[in-house]
Amino acid sequence: MSTAILGKDLVGLEPLSGDQIRAILDTAEPFKEVSERQIKKVPALRGKTIVNLFYEASTRTRISFEFAEKRLSADTVNVQAAGSSISKGETLVDTARNLEAMRIDMVVIRHGASGAAQFLGARIQSNVINAGDGKHEHPTQGLLDLLTLRDHFTNLAGLKVCIVGDVLHSRVARSNIWGLTKLGAQVAVCGPATLLPRDIAELGVTVFRHVAEAIQWADALNVLRLQLERMTAGFIPSLREYNRVFGVTNERLARAPKDILIMHPGPMNRGVEIDSDVADGPHSVILPQVTNGVAVRMAVLYLLAGGSPDWAAGGGDTA
Amino acid sequence: MKPVLIRGGRIVDPTQKLDGVGDVLLQDGKVVATGQGIGRPDGATVLDATGLIVAPGLIDVHVHLREPGHEDRETIATGAASAVAGGFTGVCAMPNTDPVIDNQGAVGFVKAKGEAAGLARVYPIGCVSVGQRGEQLAEFGEMVGAGAVAVSDDGHPVMSSHLMRTALEYAQTFGIPVADHCEDMPLAHGGQMHEGLVSTRLGLKGIPSAAEEIHVARDIILAELTGGHVHLCHMSTRGSVELIRRAKEKGLRVTAESAPHHFTLTHDRCEGYDTNAKMNPPLREAEDRQAIRQALADGTLDCIATDHAPHHYDAKEREFDDAPNGIIGLETALSLALRELVAPGLLSLLTLIERMSAAPARLWHLPGGSLRPGTVADVVVFDPAVTWTVNPAAFRSKSRNTPWGGEVLPGRVRWTLVDGRVVYQAAGQ
Repeated sequence: MSTAILGKDLVGLEPLSGDQIRAILDTAEPFKEVSERQIKKVPALRGKTIVNLFYEASTRTRISFEFAEKRLSADTVNVQAAGSSISKGETLVDTARNLEAMRIDMVVIRHGASGAAQFLGARIQSNVINAGDGKHEHPTQGLLDLLTLRDHFTNLAGLKVCIVGDVLHSRVARSNIWGLTKLGAQVAVCGPATLLPRDIAELGVTVFRHVAEAIQWADALNVLRLQLERMTAGFIPSLREYNRVFGVTNERLARAPKDILIMHPGPMNRGVEIDSDVADGPHSVILPQVTNGVAVRMAVLYLLAGGSPDWAAGGGDTA
Repeated sequence: MKPVLIRGGRIVDPTQKLDGVGDVLLQDGKVVATGQGIGRPDGATVLDATGLIVAPGLIDVHVHLREPGHEDRETIATGAASAVAGGFTGVCAMPNTDPVIDNQGAVGFVKAKGEAAGLARVYPIGCVSVGQRGEQLAEFGEMVGAGAVAVSDDGHPVMSSHLMRTALEYAQTFGIPVADHCEDMPLAHGGQMHEGLVSTRLGLKGIPSAAEEIHVARDIILAELTGGHVHLCHMSTRGSVELIRRAKEKGLRVTAESAPHHFTLTHDRCEGYDTNAKMNPPLREAEDRQAIRQALADGTLDCIATDHAPHHYDAKEREFDDAPNGIIGLETALSLALRELVAPGLLSLLTLIERMSAAPARLWHLPGGSLRPGTVADVVVFDPAVTWTVNPAAFRSKSRNTPWGGEVLPGRVRWTLVDGRVVYQAAGQ
């Protein structure tokens, strides 16, 4: 058993070193191949019980985790906020302790409050994986973005990646900033000042006020989803104007000095933060991101369960 | 009542500019004499204060005692017990209980409960507005008649400038301060901690310093308009300090307090989502903390008030977004002031006692705050040097929500006397 790669939990990319992040990405490589097989299953987590505890609606992330768990042969239970004791007012810590009393091994948690995953990890013995906590981090999304970038650029050192959109409310942005900077990439953010958090430049990122400047600078754009409620909360005047001023469009990309890789964590608002011809265009890697999500989550589950990268390199078949 | 002779301590009394070794004689609820070699009257109890500080009892103009309504967190009796254990002989109880203290009957309830406890003096604060709803003035006159010493909608700011104006005007008839919680609500809306680099990293919604400063500026302007006495609660930013400094230079009737957590901690303390670092106003930046310390030294900030805010264990054992604001402070305030303000040489002991006793008594027209003969016999005797480990389970308060659990702090109260009676004595004495 080697628990040296990761600690007990994965709550974010901020606490990880560049070497730890690289180890996860390296471990994900052989797991990509598992999903391409006729029989998409390895026995790595056979006998492990995993609870997917989702306090917020999620389709993509929950399904991606569930596939990752099942392809590693784990037994999984999905707990949704609706119809469970969560909606009866039970506290997070009580819910977790009750689950743990049923002898589980891991909890994958999605929660609306920043810090919820860390809170849980500090109070139960099972491994905790953060599947998105409030506006804090979404580490497996950050990792799958890194894996996708690495697929295209091989080396991330010096690569210029700009995160475009609602950085203020985005856990994806924070995990990307930590992951990219730890691997030596240059990171910028771009969006209306109302949607950029205070002192963001102190995290070592460049701030662009205009998408055109970001496009001149970047090798890759990671375009964030704009939540529709940001308009009623007074952060932007209208979605239409947002698209006019900050939307990633083919017209704008045509003025770029080079081809820019386009990423989006989904789900997209086509015609708002990203135009359809960009999302569906030749430089979009939005679907490969989704594919990589399963591999990265398999790697994280596997490493937290005490697996070693060397063993994974053999496809995890030789249990 | 038997006389009490406190013998051989270092007497620190800013109202007499007194800092020297001597005796203090208390009789019939009053200070009778301070000086050297006071003889022991017949039947007097003698407290040997050799090596200890003898000062007028501490007064806290800002505590939450939770009764009525939340007796699981604190009662007036347990709050008063916590106060005397921390050296406080008088505490002003904020009215944001359930129901709120917005009428003479409710004020009378708080006062009677305080008297029944027979520990620290408990002074009720009445609401500014009926139901703390920020609409209609509460009956200041009747509340003062029942024992209220100030009015405040603390917990909420008085957002309406019209209401604040009328409160500052109307309060002048009764000679009481209007204590305001300074927070521009729309600007602070939904905020969980100070807005800055730490909130950005943690992904928590921030409260900008401007939310406090805008409200402070408005209150100062209204103090100038009305000539009323505005007391600014729990100041936390360097900008607020600057605004108060200018208001005082203009001679306005503006007084202000800051809390031990604001001169001790910064927003970094929220790392790891520690809910005992969640308070409102939030912990700010190192520059703010420095400005607060400096302002306590130079008198821009008049007094130290704890904002003692008891919460049940379960309530703080939550996600940061869902945890309530505030920490308890009565039993750690003196020690933190000694460590953070006196030990580095920012404040002399004389100035510290001014900020924690003489000034609150003078500015809020409360008994005590002095050891002059004829003053009420409210006295604290403490050992400034001895250290102790904060053990929240040993607090007299009903609640345990402190960020200083396990820390070693200097300074321990040996005796607290109210009305010439020993109401607290350290264990083993």
